[in-house]
Amino acid sequence: MSDINIIEILSNLWKGSGYSMIAWQQIVMIVVACGLLFLGIAKKFEPLLLVGIAFGMLLTNLPGLQEILADGTVNAQALFHSSYWFSGGQIDYVEILNHGGLLDILYIGVKTGIYPCLIFIGVGAMTDFGPMLANPKSMILGAAAQLGIYMALILAIAFGFSGEVAASVAIIGGADGPTAIFVTKTLAPEKLGVIAIAAYSYMALIPLIQPPIMRVLTTKKERMIKMDQLRTVSKKEKIIFPIAVTVITAVLLPSVAPLLGCLMFGNLLKECGVTDRLSDTAQNALMNIVTLFLGISVGATAAYATFLQFDTLKIVGLGLLAFCFSTAGGVLMGKLMCWITKGKVNPLIGAAGVSAVPMAARVAHNEGKKWNPDNYLLMHAMGPNVAGVIGSAVAAGFLLAIFG
Amino acid sequence: MLFLLGSETKFTIPQGLLLALVGFVIVLAVLAVLMGFIYLLSYIVRRFEKKGQSEKTAAPASAEPALAPGSSGDIKLFNVEDRTAAMVMAIIADELQTPLNELRFVSIKEVTEEEK
Repeated sequence: MSDINIIEILSNLWKGSGYSMIAWQQIVMIVVACGLLFLGIAKKFEPLLLVGIAFGMLLTNLPGLQEILADGTVNAQALFHSSYWFSGGQIDYVEILNHGGLLDILYIGVKTGIYPCLIFIGVGAMTDFGPMLANPKSMILGAAAQLGIYMALILAIAFGFSGEVAASVAIIGGADGPTAIFVTKTLAPEKLGVIAIAAYSYMALIPLIQPPIMRVLTTKKERMIKMDQLRTVSKKEKIIFPIAVTVITAVLLPSVAPLLGCLMFGNLLKECGVTDRLSDTAQNALMNIVTLFLGISVGATAAYATFLQFDTLKIVGLGLLAFCFSTAGGVLMGKLMCWITKGKVNPLIGAAGVSAVPMAARVAHNEGKKWNPDNYLLMHAMGPNVAGVIGSAVAAGFLLAIFG
Repeated sequence: MLFLLGSETKFTIPQGLLLALVGFVIVLAVLAVLMGFIYLLSYIVRRFEKKGQSEKTAAPASAEPALAPGSSGDIKLFNVEDRTAAMVMAIIADELQTPLNELRFVSIKEVTEEEK
């Protein structure tokens, strides 16, 4: 029987543990991840995704689980390997399936665009396009509220970002998480973590970001405008709409087909009335499972080497500006429509065009109610709100067509 | 892809401006097309539904529906479901101690709080 050297065993255990190889950047990232967990859990900032993203970030930055060890060798225990995904060459899926970590395997769903599209099926199944069909003019408000995407694109280019990164940063202005992930995983996958975090954080902050802009750009008289009741939309219209939108937009911009096709497919499941079980699954079980995988695998991309850069701050700042410009674009278009219709449109509903369903519509409603307690803008704001989802998907399709 | 620009494309600010302008116009145009389509769709659907409704209302005039045995004429219901109307008629017949087929109900209307 050979002698057991306790000291050597303990020494090897120490050398193999993460505590012996901890770097200050990892400590910073753990603090950032915990901060995001706090925002998600205690402040309820988009918790369904932010908690997953923050936990993925925590896992990927734990000492001992980093991709490259101090001696330069690849860590077999790493859960996520950036080199598999962001090296710029062809992705070797065989290598990933053979030697990748858990989060590498889950990330395949992000990289191939499966998760955002599956989430869009769920979003479609939960969306009622009725208010938009009842008031088709709200489409224009939904389009105008994409202004932030293009303003952020110009600013990102001015800040020296490449076209691909600028487009990924700009799409934060669409206020649509799955769309932002879908664009970024194609154009700038190494920035996916920060862009997803910025997009979801700002979506949660909409009740704080939008009202001051709405107040600055509108008069008290405009904010008090009561709008006419919306007409009832027939079942036939609701069934034909998703089919027609898919055909019209996907033929014009094929790159938008995965996102809009899935959104409209989910909506058709809801509206056709004969696929209730599928609609229920898309809204609940499927949505929850995909959200789980999406959050944790997107968070895993935020390794300290790519996250702790000055660019991260620039992206966060530009994302906020994109949100502000989008809100302003919607409200200004609302003002124009108010002027054209001689006061029949309350400009506040324009702010709901930034997607973020139904948060942005609720903010417009609450803001309207503050100035006129008898004013119920919710259904009117839902029109631009769901139009904004289509608008941001079309904008994403355009950016992918240019840079993809 | 048709518009492919290649990897890591650097743009000048005027190029970025042009790109942003084209992108914004495309989004506006696509959504304006969809708006036009929705107007057209609602016009067609409502026209077909009106036509269907007028055919439905014309049908009873041509073919008089057979009355149930013992009923005493038609009754007009305003904001009242059949089930509620049947219950109201049964209660009245019971209160009056009169068989239902000997009573004549012309209309039943729900009186709202505002109308009181």
